[in-house]
Amino acid sequence: MLAMLLRRLFLGLVTVWIVSMIIFAGVEMLPGDSCTAFLEREAKGKLLENCREAQGLNRPAAERYFDWATSAARGDLGISANGEKSIAELVGDRLGNSLLLAACSLALGVPLAIFLGVVTGLWRDRPVDLAVSTLAIFAMTIPEFVSATVLILVFSVWLGWLPGIVLTSASAPASEFFPEIILPVLVLTMVMTAHILRMVRSSVIEVMAGDYIQMATLKGVPYWRIVFRHALPNALLPAINVVALTIAWLLGGVVVIEVVFNYPGLGRMMIDAISDRDLPVVQAIALIVATVYVCVNLSADILTMFANPRLRTLHMRRG
Amino acid sequence: MTVTSASPQNTRLMRTLSVLRDVVSRPSGAIGLFLVVFHVVLALVSPWIVPYDYKAMNSAMMLTGPEATHWLGTDHLGRDVFTRVLLGGREALLVTGIATPIAVTWGGFVGILFGLIGGRIDEVLMRVVDAFLSLPWILKMLVLIVTFGTGIEVLIPTLAFFYGIPVIRIARAATHDVVARDFVSAARARGHSRMTIIRHELLPNVLDTLMVEGAMRWSWMLLAFSSLSFLGFGVSPPTPDWGLMIADARGFMSFAPWGVLGPVIALSSLIIGINLTADALAKALGIDRAQKAPV
Amino acid sequence: MTGPLIDIRNISVGFTGKSGATLPVLRNIDLKVNAGESIGIVGESGSGKSTLALAAMGYLKRGLRLMDGSVAFQGQDMFARTRTELEQIRGGELALIPQNSGQSLTPTLRIGAQLVEALRLHADVPEAQYSAKAIELLGQVRLPDPAAIMTRFPHELSGGQQQRAAIGMALAGEPTALLLDEPTTGLDVTTQAHILELLRDIARDRGMAMVYVSHDLGAIARVCDRVVVMYAGEVVLEGSTRQVLKTPIHPYARGLLASIPRLSDPRLPVALDGRPPAPGGAGQGCSFVDRCALAQDGCRTSRPDFERLPSGEAVRCFHYQEAHQLSLTGSGAIPASLDGASPSALHLDDLAISYRRPGLYDKVLGRDSAGVPTVDGIEITVAKGETLGLVGESGSGKSTILKAIAGLLPPSGGKITVAGGQALAPEVEHRSPDHLRKIQLIFQNPDDSLNPRQTIAQILEQPLKLYFGLTGDALHQRSAEILDRVRLGAHYLDRLPSQLSGGEKQRVAIARAFAAEPDLVLCDEVTSALDVSVQAAVLDLLNDLKATQGTTYVFVSHDLAVVRALSDRVAVLYQGRLCELGPSADVYAMPSHPYTEVLLGAVLEPDPDTAPTLSADDVVELSPPAQGCPFQRRCPRKIGRICDTDTPPWQQGVKDHTIKCHHSIADLAAAQAEGAAGQRA
Repeated sequence: MLAMLLRRLFLGLVTVWIVSMIIFAGVEMLPGDSCTAFLEREAKGKLLENCREAQGLNRPAAERYFDWATSAARGDLGISANGEKSIAELVGDRLGNSLLLAACSLALGVPLAIFLGVVTGLWRDRPVDLAVSTLAIFAMTIPEFVSATVLILVFSVWLGWLPGIVLTSASAPASEFFPEIILPVLVLTMVMTAHILRMVRSSVIEVMAGDYIQMATLKGVPYWRIVFRHALPNALLPAINVVALTIAWLLGGVVVIEVVFNYPGLGRMMIDAISDRDLPVVQAIALIVATVYVCVNLSADILTMFANPRLRTLHMRRG
Repeated sequence: MTVTSASPQNTRLMRTLSVLRDVVSRPSGAIGLFLVVFHVVLALVSPWIVPYDYKAMNSAMMLTGPEATHWLGTDHLGRDVFTRVLLGGREALLVTGIATPIAVTWGGFVGILFGLIGGRIDEVLMRVVDAFLSLPWILKMLVLIVTFGTGIEVLIPTLAFFYGIPVIRIARAATHDVVARDFVSAARARGHSRMTIIRHELLPNVLDTLMVEGAMRWSWMLLAFSSLSFLGFGVSPPTPDWGLMIADARGFMSFAPWGVLGPVIALSSLIIGINLTADALAKALGIDRAQKAPV
Repeated sequence: MTGPLIDIRNISVGFTGKSGATLPVLRNIDLKVNAGESIGIVGESGSGKSTLALAAMGYLKRGLRLMDGSVAFQGQDMFARTRTELEQIRGGELALIPQNSGQSLTPTLRIGAQLVEALRLHADVPEAQYSAKAIELLGQVRLPDPAAIMTRFPHELSGGQQQRAAIGMALAGEPTALLLDEPTTGLDVTTQAHILELLRDIARDRGMAMVYVSHDLGAIARVCDRVVVMYAGEVVLEGSTRQVLKTPIHPYARGLLASIPRLSDPRLPVALDGRPPAPGGAGQGCSFVDRCALAQDGCRTSRPDFERLPSGEAVRCFHYQEAHQLSLTGSGAIPASLDGASPSALHLDDLAISYRRPGLYDKVLGRDSAGVPTVDGIEITVAKGETLGLVGESGSGKSTILKAIAGLLPPSGGKITVAGGQALAPEVEHRSPDHLRKIQLIFQNPDDSLNPRQTIAQILEQPLKLYFGLTGDALHQRSAEILDRVRLGAHYLDRLPSQLSGGEKQRVAIARAFAAEPDLVLCDEVTSALDVSVQAAVLDLLNDLKATQGTTYVFVSHDLAVVRALSDRVAVLYQGRLCELGPSADVYAMPSHPYTEVLLGAVLEPDPDTAPTLSADDVVELSPPAQGCPFQRRCPRKIGRICDTDTPPWQQGVKDHTIKCHHSIADLAAAQAEGAAGQRA
């Protein structure tokens, strides 16, 4: 058991390491570097040379990678291109904001998705299923910037109920983001719920059609007890992985939402940094997001293992 | 004794037709297929049916509402919105239409290959794939776009590359499933070469999964493409594109919503169409798909 | 309570087909089960027997509906009851034991929890005593260490243990009637015999009624008082077990019995050609008319009524009085066999196979194999034209050996030689084209061994192209010829496997193997996935091909009677080691290796006058012992320490019959004769 956990942890670390190399290589590809960004129009000739020398940008790539990687592992993500703030500080704020957005969306979306998924699975092909499934298809297929735009149009422009844009500064505490955060959360929840609910629905349908549910029925177990005690613990197992993927997506993949609503999260920072060629920042954010992704997946794997008796005993026996 | 044997081509044709019939017989399939065909046809013929030149700016008529001469009004530069909506899908469909088959082909090929090889190499590859998938999509694409530019000669390979990676996992899983079946062991026991086994036993059974996956890839690629255009990293103005149009018209939404609604309906209907078709196709082929968040 | 416990009157059940027509699954079924009575429902796939059993509980699968008739339990209509009433009865007074408990027990709940649930719902026991009562129930179904089993999950139990747990769960509600849906399918021979004894004892001790659904006539003979035979959704014959199994008066029943291979009869069973009609395909007349030897014109136009006879039997046939003309046994061919010495076609030389390759740890520690091999010490010679049967239960390694001969699983020790003394390369990828062609393998499950996306023509073309380079017309011609040899018409060439029945698919698999014109054909449980009557047809075909082609067979099966029917010589395997080897007649008679004795004793013949002998427990062993006799842990004739430490020697019997045991053959013969006499007394 312990051996398996350690093995997973090790693999996770290996993945993060591979990611860091990919990030570094990717960023190396971008034209320009910290110096060209810092010096902007004056980035040429002797000035550029000196800057590069001072920053140590003339050293071979492997050496620079090693430096960066080891510092990052210690938690020191370096200084942003314009040499002012420490990246850790800058990113810290944004990370917090992204986490806030993610947390609110998850808190709203996951329970809703599971509830709707179970309902549509149990009442398959009835009106409630048709209605919800149709809405889900719409929510899933319409691009987020479209639904965001439409929601802003409706709730902010026409009805005037909610603000359509976030004006709070990046370093502000969480409470100041309300009520501006409501619309972005709604959009994210819509998309996330649609995906998760479809998956839960098909899982519920599959489980309810299975042999052991038929057996429970023929054993005289009342319907709702079958659903809660026999069906759901099995049907919801795959949901763990989907939720993990969703968490990862919420932290790094919602750039569009952040742009539409002007929300000061990691995604926007990343795009701005790329445009400004603020490469240390780009590297730092990519590494953080990837690490979170790996951690979340690892947790999901472990959780699934505990929840699924077949896997649990398999690993316990193997040791 | 005369024997008519079904040639492979006949069987494939018959099967394609029967699958098509099955798809159309379902309401989701019928609607979806109609929408997709409609948009493809529109993209092909629109340059000949549009009333205006999409570039033509008219400073006298900026942000005017829908009327007889401009069915969907004009945008902030006085251009006819209706024209731009009709043309807005061309670039998107061109890019994604080329990139999707490339993505599915290369991803499928690598996935099948490594599904067959197995062992250490396969495990290492999967680590690398996982590592790749852990990065935010926007970052991955922007690195290439910012380095090489936003022309379609960059967008197509970029999209094809990044959207092929998840296909590797799916092709690999499907390969594992098929390889475990007895008919593959039987072919191996007969002494068929690896290539023969791949061609005759494996591929016909894996292709179904890849086809459905391909349809879904296409819809996600369209989403990504329009998002990129929306953010300003895709199509360059003045080329009409729905994503770009929505970005531009957003600022004037409060008093000129038609500039947004037109492209919104167009883009949504196409993506919904593809999704419905993919759904019906999966059911027709008997494939069970687990829904995941788009990567 | 007067009147039958379960009263099924004239029920018809059907579903709506694709075209909108109603297709019947059950037609006009009458069935009465009295308290304390055991009734067997016999039928093959498609007969509707499972649907009938579930209908007795007022349950129909999704898509089916009751079109006519009524089902009453204890006098009350089951289809008219409220859901709460049904929940009370099911699992309580009327309990079900399912076919595959591994899939019918909820995987996320422990056995104890599922038992307690049954108790809570149906038993009259105070809450504090649930655990104790559950443990008691597990003890009553003869599970070892019930307290430990309570904490296990279903997948941690063996098939037999799962089935016993399911029986325990059913008993929790103190039922007056038990419904059993093929409860021993998929279980080992010895396990099956033990579970049936358990069921017999339970039914007798508690005075329960039993409705036992099965295709296995041997099991039904053991457990039931009365038998009902179903065909294509109808009951065609009803009577006491003795009447139905010894003197059946319906042509189908007679055909069915004739197609079962028997241990006592070395001849091949007689096949029943054709297949049952699909739901709705029976037409106006008798559903059996297409396959009936007594059929006349009248049988096609009108459907016979279900007639009750004074003897207590009931039959649905116009010509039942002539049914006794149809032979029950013995008119099958005697299997083709050799005369005189023949050259060796296959020699397994001290073969050992291990599933686990040495891992990193083992290499570091200097071990060159990962523990005890799965299969070890196999030394067998098969003469040309001979059929060697390999028998054993799960874990015996018989399929593993076949895979090694086929080259799919390289042995970890020993070698394999073929005719002419040539060594066979361990991996199929390294074999010469000649060897590849001459050795062919046929798999158990034709659903899996035929590529679902290829037509039959394409499937047959593969070996023809590969081994003979045939193309074009020659190819088509040959394909049709091969199909003809397995008694399938050329019109099958254009079809896909999904359009064929199980028996037809297996024949295609056989055709594919014989297309290569092999010298050696390896059969891996090729009849196990087929219906009984279809099985006989396949055996007949295999025998035919052997007679005309002179092929050598290695025939693997867990079904001893099937192996007896086809084999010249038999090898008995236990935990991957040889126990006994010799001509079939000798292996199947006394003296035997103690394990063979246990196996033969556990076989259930479709004869109510026979009873199995259960001499060993049905403990499932996970791996062979590191030294000594492989049977040491279960042997009823164990001598002592020597069995644990020393490998038993080969004892020579008559001709080339050998038994691997520490007892001498004389001792075994004496002990086994004594045992047999004791039984008769």
